Amino acid sequence: MNKTFFKKYFISGPYLFWMIAFTIIPICLVIYYGLTDKSGTFTLQNIMSITTPEHFKALWLSLLLSLASTVICLLLAYPLAMILKGLSVNKNSFIVFIFILPMWMNFLLRTLAWQTILEKNGVLNTLLEILHLPSLNIINTPYAIIFGMVYNFLPFMVLPIYNVLIKIDDNVIHAAKDLGANSVQTFFKIIFPLSIPGVISGITMVFIPSLTTFVISNLLGGGKIYLIGNIIEQEFTTAYNWHLGSGLSMVLMVFILLNMILTFKFDKGEGGAVL
Amino acid sequence: MMKKSLRNIYLALIFILLYAPIITLMVLSFNASKSRAKWGGFTFKWYIELFQNQAIMESLYLTLLLAFLSAFIATIIGTAACIGINRMKKGPQSIIMGITNIPLLNAEIVTGISFMLMFIAFDISLGFNTVLIGHISFNIPYVILSVMPKVKQTGKSSYEAALDLGATPIYAFWKVILPDILPGILSGFLLSFTMSLDDFIITYFTKGRGINTLSTKIYSEVKKGIKPEMYALSTLLFLSVLILLILVNRLPKAKEKINNK
Amino acid sequence: MKKNKCKKWAALFSCIALTIFSITSCGNKDSSQDSSDSSDLYIYNWAEYIDPEVLTMFEKETGIQVHYDEFETNEIMYPVIEAGAISYDLVCPSDYMIQKMIENDLLAEINFDNIPNFSNIDEAQLTSAKEFDSENKYSVPYCWGTVGILYNTTMVEEAPDSWAVLWDEKYKDNILMQDSVRDAFGITLKYLGYSLNSVTESQLQEAKELLIEQRPLVQGYVVDQVRDKMIGNEAAIGVIYSGEVLYCQQENDDLAYVIPKEGSNVWLDCWVIPKNAQNKENAEAFLNFLCKPEIAVKNFEYITYATPNKAAKELLAEEYQTNPAVFPPESILSKCETFHYLGQEAEELYNSLWKEVRSK
Repeated sequence: MNKTFFKKYFISGPYLFWMIAFTIIPICLVIYYGLTDKSGTFTLQNIMSITTPEHFKALWLSLLLSLASTVICLLLAYPLAMILKGLSVNKNSFIVFIFILPMWMNFLLRTLAWQTILEKNGVLNTLLEILHLPSLNIINTPYAIIFGMVYNFLPFMVLPIYNVLIKIDDNVIHAAKDLGANSVQTFFKIIFPLSIPGVISGITMVFIPSLTTFVISNLLGGGKIYLIGNIIEQEFTTAYNWHLGSGLSMVLMVFILLNMILTFKFDKGEGGAVL
Repeated sequence: MMKKSLRNIYLALIFILLYAPIITLMVLSFNASKSRAKWGGFTFKWYIELFQNQAIMESLYLTLLLAFLSAFIATIIGTAACIGINRMKKGPQSIIMGITNIPLLNAEIVTGISFMLMFIAFDISLGFNTVLIGHISFNIPYVILSVMPKVKQTGKSSYEAALDLGATPIYAFWKVILPDILPGILSGFLLSFTMSLDDFIITYFTKGRGINTLSTKIYSEVKKGIKPEMYALSTLLFLSVLILLILVNRLPKAKEKINNK
Repeated sequence: MKKNKCKKWAALFSCIALTIFSITSCGNKDSSQDSSDSSDLYIYNWAEYIDPEVLTMFEKETGIQVHYDEFETNEIMYPVIEAGAISYDLVCPSDYMIQKMIENDLLAEINFDNIPNFSNIDEAQLTSAKEFDSENKYSVPYCWGTVGILYNTTMVEEAPDSWAVLWDEKYKDNILMQDSVRDAFGITLKYLGYSLNSVTESQLQEAKELLIEQRPLVQGYVVDQVRDKMIGNEAAIGVIYSGEVLYCQQENDDLAYVIPKEGSNVWLDCWVIPKNAQNKENAEAFLNFLCKPEIAVKNFEYITYATPNKAAKELLAEEYQTNPAVFPPESILSKCETFHYLGQEAEELYNSLWKEVRSK
């Protein structure tokens, strides 16, 4: 028994080692820091500090903004994925690359470019002025941050949905049509339910990074908008209170855990739907 | 007809959204003024200065090296892991897959911080290796997610048949399993490479002195205004990837054409 | 059976090999840092705070390889040094932060025998450096200046002369405020007529209320981005370090600088050597190089921050020497104060009040 066990699983040994060393131990350390104070004694204060008005407000704002950006991403991405599915199949890889391609331009530069576009005297407002339209003032507002999130994370919503949609057998759709379903019914009764795993992983992959970002709010919010990510980053860099930062990270992890449980519920055993 | 033009307008809008900043950056790379906020005329000088800028070239080298090494090591470890995990019983399998998902689903900032805390706790000085470890760690899950479905599809029977026919396990792996899962491995590698290239947060928290990838270099430059050489570099990077992709996409078609003749 | 055994051993070996590989790959860095072969120099400086050519010249002259990193605020720099996971040979903090580093025993004494050119530094600056480094043992002054208001003459009705303009409804959404605890509070405390080193809670609360009141008027909280935004006519008024003024005026003629009548902060950035530095002698060689008058002049022309190097100042063009924005006259300086390190407790109070302002 022992021998076969060893023989069978040795090949995943390096990974198991890696997983323990570089996934589990670091997380344990965050928990350790989060549950102790500077002198090393146990405390719940770091976690409870989420209830102070400034932390709570940042968390609330983060939740709000990431929720909004997730919904917008979903609304934009689903029709897009449907359209892409409708295009000829052999362009498949090319379409995927169209969405991955922008990633080769650095993420920070891309976001910074939006600053140049959206600024008061930026590209967009110059264009609007030429067209004699009223100028748009969204830089340094929450809207600019939502915009940045949608822009940066849209591909993570499109790709999983697209991947699930192209796997749906056309015959199923034809069958539904033959049985008299109109296109609305086909969509809600057949296509949408079948695409749920993709939607769920898309939601996860947009919601979590939006909830925790500090870079987008830094670049597009003009430092006026503090998200929970900014607070944590500040605790680690400028305020130099790693215990408080870890405690707040643990609060974030609770949300991530909730999300994981949700994903697991909808997506039993099919981890592959994520990408 | 109506529907089709609507669809095209929609596609065009999304396309503009995705590529507007990229075009902006390209335009900026030809801006003679050093300041992002002012158009000072058309120039090629940043492209020339780029290659003389040692700091940028160094961070480009480091970024590419890091992306390649981390993707390569992650691909090997991840692929091996998939094969092993696939043989496990349902219970341990789902536990391991659950843990695998952690770096993927966890907030990047938490992952980055947890690495930093660990390196400092074990008194490992931050440097190239710590960044590499960080990158490998967040790349492995991407590899596993790309390879796992292929491994599952392959099934055990053909591998066992090969063994029964006298093949050594390594030979059987090389000849039977590998060709089947190769597409998964390749896409896992590419995905890791891209992710590592684009990563900022993990690098930010794990980097040591003198270690700057393009991302961290840009972040430190953001505040004082990005050096225009950086725009030039990203334009070049972007264009080379674009050309490569077009070639890759054209190549099979061209081959077909030749074959048909 | 035999075959199985072989496989088992192969498996074991590959496991061990990988484990060792990964462990050594962590350990590697340790040894490479310990055995640094004295031809390296690791510098941690403010962003764009040195002429890159100066670095190249130094490398050519001495054969020492310079590795260069940048930080944005004193507060970001401090944990990096304190945590000790990264060891730099030279760091360039401001006055109050140097005091904090000395108090927390993070700095090494500089061997001034290796820096003969130190004699070029202005006595007056050394005297003011005594405020934070009482015996001038730990620091070599690098740049100094003031904090003031940069305004766009075409966008303001009359030239501002008081911090009050930062609270003026007229300029709603046209004000750029400093995103750094001490600067933001320092300005406000000065405006209220208090010392910018105040630790009196009631005064700080008052300042906090005022900063919260200011929030809706502010377009953005920034540090170095003021520069680009003011050049691009994005805002009418910005709080800025005096050294940036020349560059901004070069790029945009409409900009002017004023030190408000209530007084302001006068700061002094100095080079210090952290205790865990591994190339101390290289660091001192670099400092000696920087203190050469011609190098200091070259550096000034690039970064345009006022130099404490007396010999270098005399070499500068007349227009720079008399420019009150760069080298302010004594009458203005006498109204300005230097930041002091206020102790951990006060620091935490400042931080938490600032967080309240920022997340309001």
